Amino acid sequence: MRRAALAALISHWRRQPLQFFTLIAGLALATALWSAVQAINSEARRSYAAAEGMLGLGSYETLADPAGRMPLETFAELRRAGWPISPVLEGRAQFGDQRIELLGLDFISAPQANLPGNPQLREALSPTEIFLPPGIAFVAPDTLRALHDIDGLPRLIADTSLPPGRLVTDIAVADRLLEAGGEIDRLILLEGAPNGVPSALAPELQRFDRQSQGEISRLTDSFHLNLTAFGLLSFAVGLFIVHGTIGLAFEQRRSVFRTLRALGLPLRNLLALLLAEILLLALLAGGLGIALGYLIAAALLPDVAATLRGLYGASIPGSLAFDPTWAASGLGVALIGALVAAAHGLNAIRKMPLLASARPRAWAVASTRSLRRQALAGLALLVAGIAAPILADGLLAGFALMGGLLLGAALLLPLMLGAALSAGAALARGPVAQWFWADTRQQVPGLSLALMSLLLALATNVGVSTMVSSFRLTFTGWLDQRLVSQLYVTAPSEADGERLRAWLETRADAVLPIWKVDSPLYGAPGEIYGIVDHQVYRSHWPLLASSDTPWEDFYAGRGALINEQLAYREDLSPGDPVTLGPGWTLPVSAIYSDYGNPAGQAIVHLPLLQEHHHELPRLRHGILTKDPEGLARALHEEFGLPRANLIDNDSLKATSLQIFERTFTVTGALNVLTLSVAGFAILTALLTLSSMRLPQLAPPWALGLTRAQLARLETLRSLALATLTFALALPTGLMLAWSLLAVVNVEAFGWRLPMFLFPAQWLWLLALSLIAALLAAYLPVRRLARTDPSQFLKVFADER
Amino acid sequence: MNADRLALLLWLAASAASAQGFAGLGTEAEGFAIPAPEAALSFPADHGPHPDYRIEWWYLTANLSDASGTDYGIQWTLFRSALAPFAAEGWDSPQIWLGNAGLTTPETHFAAERLARGGTGQAGVTTAPFEAWIDDWHMTSTAPSGDPLDSLSLAANGEGFAYDLTLQATGPLVPQGIDGYSVKSPEGQASYYYSQPFYEIEGSLSLPSGPVEVTGQGWLDREYSSQPLSETQDGWDWISLHLDGGEKLMGFRLRDREGAPFTSATWIAADGTPSPYPNGALTMTPLETTDVNGAPIPTQWQIDLPARSLSLRLDALNPQSWMDLTFPYWEGPVTITGSHTGKGYLEMTGYTAP
Amino acid sequence: MLIDARDLTKTFQTADGKLPVLNGVSLQLQSGETLALTGESGSGKSTLLHLLAALDAPDSGTIRLQGDDITKGNDASRAAVRRNRIGLVFQQFNLIPSLDIAANLAFQARLAGRHDADWCAALSERLGLSELLSRYPEQLSGGQQQRVAIGRALATRPPVLLADEPTGNLDEATADSVLEIMLDLVAETGAGLLMVTHSTRLAGRLSRRLHLSQGRVA
Repeated sequence: MRRAALAALISHWRRQPLQFFTLIAGLALATALWSAVQAINSEARRSYAAAEGMLGLGSYETLADPAGRMPLETFAELRRAGWPISPVLEGRAQFGDQRIELLGLDFISAPQANLPGNPQLREALSPTEIFLPPGIAFVAPDTLRALHDIDGLPRLIADTSLPPGRLVTDIAVADRLLEAGGEIDRLILLEGAPNGVPSALAPELQRFDRQSQGEISRLTDSFHLNLTAFGLLSFAVGLFIVHGTIGLAFEQRRSVFRTLRALGLPLRNLLALLLAEILLLALLAGGLGIALGYLIAAALLPDVAATLRGLYGASIPGSLAFDPTWAASGLGVALIGALVAAAHGLNAIRKMPLLASARPRAWAVASTRSLRRQALAGLALLVAGIAAPILADGLLAGFALMGGLLLGAALLLPLMLGAALSAGAALARGPVAQWFWADTRQQVPGLSLALMSLLLALATNVGVSTMVSSFRLTFTGWLDQRLVSQLYVTAPSEADGERLRAWLETRADAVLPIWKVDSPLYGAPGEIYGIVDHQVYRSHWPLLASSDTPWEDFYAGRGALINEQLAYREDLSPGDPVTLGPGWTLPVSAIYSDYGNPAGQAIVHLPLLQEHHHELPRLRHGILTKDPEGLARALHEEFGLPRANLIDNDSLKATSLQIFERTFTVTGALNVLTLSVAGFAILTALLTLSSMRLPQLAPPWALGLTRAQLARLETLRSLALATLTFALALPTGLMLAWSLLAVVNVEAFGWRLPMFLFPAQWLWLLALSLIAALLAAYLPVRRLARTDPSQFLKVFADER
Repeated sequence: MNADRLALLLWLAASAASAQGFAGLGTEAEGFAIPAPEAALSFPADHGPHPDYRIEWWYLTANLSDASGTDYGIQWTLFRSALAPFAAEGWDSPQIWLGNAGLTTPETHFAAERLARGGTGQAGVTTAPFEAWIDDWHMTSTAPSGDPLDSLSLAANGEGFAYDLTLQATGPLVPQGIDGYSVKSPEGQASYYYSQPFYEIEGSLSLPSGPVEVTGQGWLDREYSSQPLSETQDGWDWISLHLDGGEKLMGFRLRDREGAPFTSATWIAADGTPSPYPNGALTMTPLETTDVNGAPIPTQWQIDLPARSLSLRLDALNPQSWMDLTFPYWEGPVTITGSHTGKGYLEMTGYTAP
Repeated sequence: MLIDARDLTKTFQTADGKLPVLNGVSLQLQSGETLALTGESGSGKSTLLHLLAALDAPDSGTIRLQGDDITKGNDASRAAVRRNRIGLVFQQFNLIPSLDIAANLAFQARLAGRHDADWCAALSERLGLSELLSRYPEQLSGGQQQRVAIGRALATRPPVLLADEPTGNLDEATADSVLEIMLDLVAETGAGLLMVTHSTRLAGRLSRRLHLSQGRVA
C-alpha cells in the first residue's frame, strides 16, 4: 500500500515538470550560493591555518614589548637567565612589484617542527648555505616565480605549504632584508618556560596569549563575515522559492491526500511518505547545489585571493580544495531549508478534515491581520537594527544594523505595497485602471515572498554599489592628494641613495625622502614615516582633523600626524599625546586619511625620526619634477636602476586602482548572483500564480477585454510591482550603504568614508529589475495570451 | 640544516663523515687557519675563542663523590664551530655554539644540550674576565689573580638534574703533544691542545631525589683546530685519568677503518710536568662491551703504557653513560685498578648501532 | 430580429478525439422575448450560449446580432461585441473579486463608455444592493452576488441578456426571487433574454422554450 501511495504522490511531479524544476532549481541555487560562500571561507581559513600552523607560532605564548621591537640584548639576557625563548622578526618588504611578508625565525633556537620545508628538503642544505650570506629562504612556488629576477634576495626554495607572498627564512636573513639592526619583534616561549614575565630583566615585556596572535584572521574576519552574510542572504532568497513551490505542490495534491486517506492510508503514514519525499528532493537538490557551489567558489576564489591580498596582505592560494565539511554543511542547510519550507504544508495536512472540499483555494492569500503582524515584526527588526550600533560597539553591531534593516524592510514590504497600490487605485480613472490596481493589490500576498527576495537583492545591490562607488571616488581623490611626487625612486643601497640625492639636487625640483621604520604602535604592527619640510605636504596632505597650527607644530618637532586607523583604534584626537616608541610621546597635530592600510601609521618631522631611529633606511624618495619620464630615463642610465625601482605617479595610481577594483570583484559577482536568484524567485512565483489566475481573469475577459489586453496588463502588473519594490529597496539600500560606510567600515578598517549618491546607477538597477520582471512575466503572459477561450469558459461552466 | 647535520658539523667538522669531504677542509681556500707546530700558546689570550679555527672546545669532566662514598661524574662542554673564519656581532655571526652537560650516578645518566649562534650574546667565551657560557650554563673565572682558569665556578642544568660547583686548580696548565701541538693522525692532522687536570672541586648536585653535596677532582681540556680527524678515522676513545699518586694520564685512540688505530698519550707528573708519547706507545684494548642504545660499546678497558710500566683496567661507573643528544656519544666516569688505582673519565665516539 | 443564428456547428478537441457538441443549431430571438434553453448535461446548451455571447466562435454557421454577423472578426471585435451589446450572467465567478460591488456594477458600462450613474443607482436600488455597494464579492451571499451580476449586465442597457444557469447555485426560494427581478428588469428595458437552465420549472416562467438534445434542437 505504501508503495502505491508513494507512486500516487510522486506522479504529481511527472505531470508538473516545471514545478519540479523550480523546486529543485530553487533549492539547488540556494544551496549553491550558500556552499560557495562556505567553500571560499573555509578555503581562506584553511590557508591562514596552514600558514600559522606550519610555522606553529600561534601555538606558543610570546613575550613582546607593546611599544615596539626589542633589542637583541634582551633576547640574550633572557636566554642567559634560563628563559627558553626563540626570537621572531617580522615585517613587510617590497621586492620589485611584490609586497612580501617576511618571517624571520632563529633556525637555531626555533623548534624543529616549526621550521619551513620538509626534512628531506632541509637535509639537502648545508649549514653554510643556511647561515652564511646570502642564505636561503622558503617561499610558495608562485612567489618563487614572481621573485625570480629580483637581486639581493637569498637563495629561494619552493615550499608548497607556504602561502603566496610569504617568505620564511633565518632571522639573520630577515634582519638583513628588513634592515632591522638586530632588533626583534617578539620572543616565543618554548617548552619549560617559567610563568609570568621577566620583570626584573626586561620590565617592558608583556606576555601574550597563544590566541592573541592571529592578526590576519582578526582583520579578515570582517571580510568573511561579509561573505557569510551574502551566503545567508542568497539562502534566504532560495528558501522563498522553495517555500513557494513546496506549498503549491501540497496545495495541488490536497485531493490526492484526501483520496489516499479515504482509501485507508493512516495520516501518520501519509506524513511519513511526504517527509520522505521532501528529504529525497532536498538531497537531490542539495547535491546539485553543492556541485554548483563548488564551481562558483572555484570561479570566485582567485578574486577572493586578490581581495584578501590587496586589502589585508593575507595570502591564500587561488585554487580550491574540496572540503567535506562545507559540502556537509551545504547539504544540511538544504535539508533544513526544505523541511522549514514544508513544515507549513505538513501541518495543514495534519489538520485537514477528511471530508473537506478538494477544490483548490487561493492558498497564498494572507489575511490583513497577518500582514499587519508581519509589518509590526518588520518594524521591530528595523528599530532593533538601528538601536544595535547605538547600544553596542563592534563589527557585530554593524552587521546587526544591516540585518535589521534588510529583514525589517522585507517584512514591511507587503504592507507598503498594499498602501501604494491602494493609492494607485484611488487615483485611477477608467474601470480597467481601477481593476488593474485592485487586482495587483490582490496579487501581493501570493508574490510577497518573491518580491521580498527581490527587495533584499536590490537593496543589497544599491547599498554595496553605493559603498563601492563612494569608496572609489574618495579613494581616487585621495590618491591624487596623497601621491604628491611625480616620480618615486628606490635606491638599491645606502651608498647609492647618497649618490642619488646628490645627483638629483640640481636636476629635480625637490627630492622628498620617504623614509620609514616598521615599529609597532600600541602593540599592533605599525609604521613611522619621517618627512621633510616642503610646501607640497602643507597644501596636499589629506588632513581630516587638525590642531590650529598643525604644520607649524609638526615642523617644530612638537607634533605628529597619525592616520585615521590609529586615531580610531586608540581614540586619539588632535592635541592628545601619541606614543611612538619607548619613552617617545608627541601630541597629535593632525589626523589624515589612509585608505587601504590596515595598520596604524604616524608621520613625524624627519630629523625627529632620525634622532629616535639612527639606523633608519634611507632608500626611498619622492621626486618633484616637471619631466618625470626624462628623469626616470636619466636615472635608469646613470644609476642602472631597474624599472621596478623607478615608479612614476601615473602607474602607481593605476596599480592602486587596479588593486581596488579587484578587491570588489567578488562583491560584484555575488551581487549579480543574488539578483539572478531573486529574478528566478519572481519567475517561479509568477508561474505558480498564473495557474491560479484564470478565475480572476475570466470575468473581465467575458465582459469585453481581449486576451492581448489582459496579457499587457499582466506584464504591466509585474513591472509595477518591480518598480514599487525598487522604490522601497532604494532607501533601504542607501541606509545599508550608510551603515556600511559609517558603521561597518569604521569597525572593520578604522576609516570612515563620505557617502556619495549615484542616481545613474539606480536607473541602471531599476532598468535591470524591470528587465528581470519582464523576463519573469514573459512565460506566464505568453501562456495567457495563447489560452484557448474554452479554457476561460471552463471557469464559468457549471460542470466542473 | 637540521640539528643533526649541524651537530655533525660541530663534532666532525673536518672528518670524512662531513658532507664537504676532507680534501677541501683546512686549506687556504676555505680561509680557516691551520695549527702549526712552532706556534706557542699564550695565556690568558688562548683561553678565549679562536674564530679563525673551524672547531674549538672547553671541555670539563669531574669525578665526584658524596659523604657516603657514592661516586658521581659530571661533564660540562662548550663547543664552538665556525661556518666561516671570522667573528661578527649580531645575527650575521658564522660562529655556532653547542653546549653539552652530563651527570652520571651509578644508576642513572643525565644529559642535556644547548645550541646558540655567536654574536648575539646567547653564548660565547670572554677572556677578561674569563667566562664561557651558553644560556644559563656557565664556566666563570673566580681567580682574583694569576691564570683565570685557576679558580672557576661552574653550573649547568637539564631535565632532571643540575649542578653548581667551585673549582680550584692545585697545579699548572699542561700543554699536550709537543708544547700544545697535538698530532691526530699519521698524515699529520693536528690540533692545539692543553689541559688543566689539577682541579679540586666542591659543590652540589641536584638530582630528582634531592640535593647532594660532593667533592672531587676535575680536568679541563682546551682544544682547537680546523682538521682534527683523518679521512679514514671514524671515531675515538679518549681517557683522562686521575691516579691516586697525584699523577695524571691523558690518552686517546683514533680508530681507523683501514689500519691500526692512532694513539697518543701524555703522562703528567704530580707537579704538572708532561711527558708526551707518540703513536703506538699507548695501547687501549676493549675487554668487555655493553649493549648501549642498540650497539655494543666497550665499557671495560685494558690500558697499557709499557714506557711507564703502566697496566690499568678501567671499569665504567655506569655502563649506560650514553649522551643521548642530537649527536650521541658515550661519556662517563671510570674506576681504575691494576698497576695504579684512581678515577677518571672515558669518552667514546663513533659507535653507532649497526 | 434581435438574434438570428443559423446552422451552428462546434466541435471540441479532447484527449479521446473530436467531440461534436453542436450539429447545426438554428434559433431566433426577438426583442422583448424571453427564451429558455433547456437540455441534458452535454446537450450543448452552454456552448450555444457562449457562441451567441461572442465568447467563442462557431466552426460553421452564422450569428447575426441586430443584423450584424458576429461570427466574422477577430478577438478584439468579439470583445467589443461582448462589451457593448451583450449582458452576461454566469452560474459562478461572475464578479471581479478585487473590486467592490459599486465598481463591479459599473464595470462593464464604464468599459463600454456608457456609464450612467442614475441608471446604476436605480438598478442597485431595484436589486436591493444599495447597502452593499462598498462591500467585496466574497462578503456577499450567492443570491446577492447574482443580483450584482444581473445589475452589471443591465447597466450597459444591452439589447440582449444572456444568462447561463444564473440560479444554479442558489436554493429554490432565492432562485425564484433572482429570476423574478431579472425578468422584471428585462421587461422594463425591453431587452431580449436567453437563459440556459436545466430546470423545467424555471423554464416555464419564460415566454418560449427551446430544447437541445445531442447538439440539435429537439
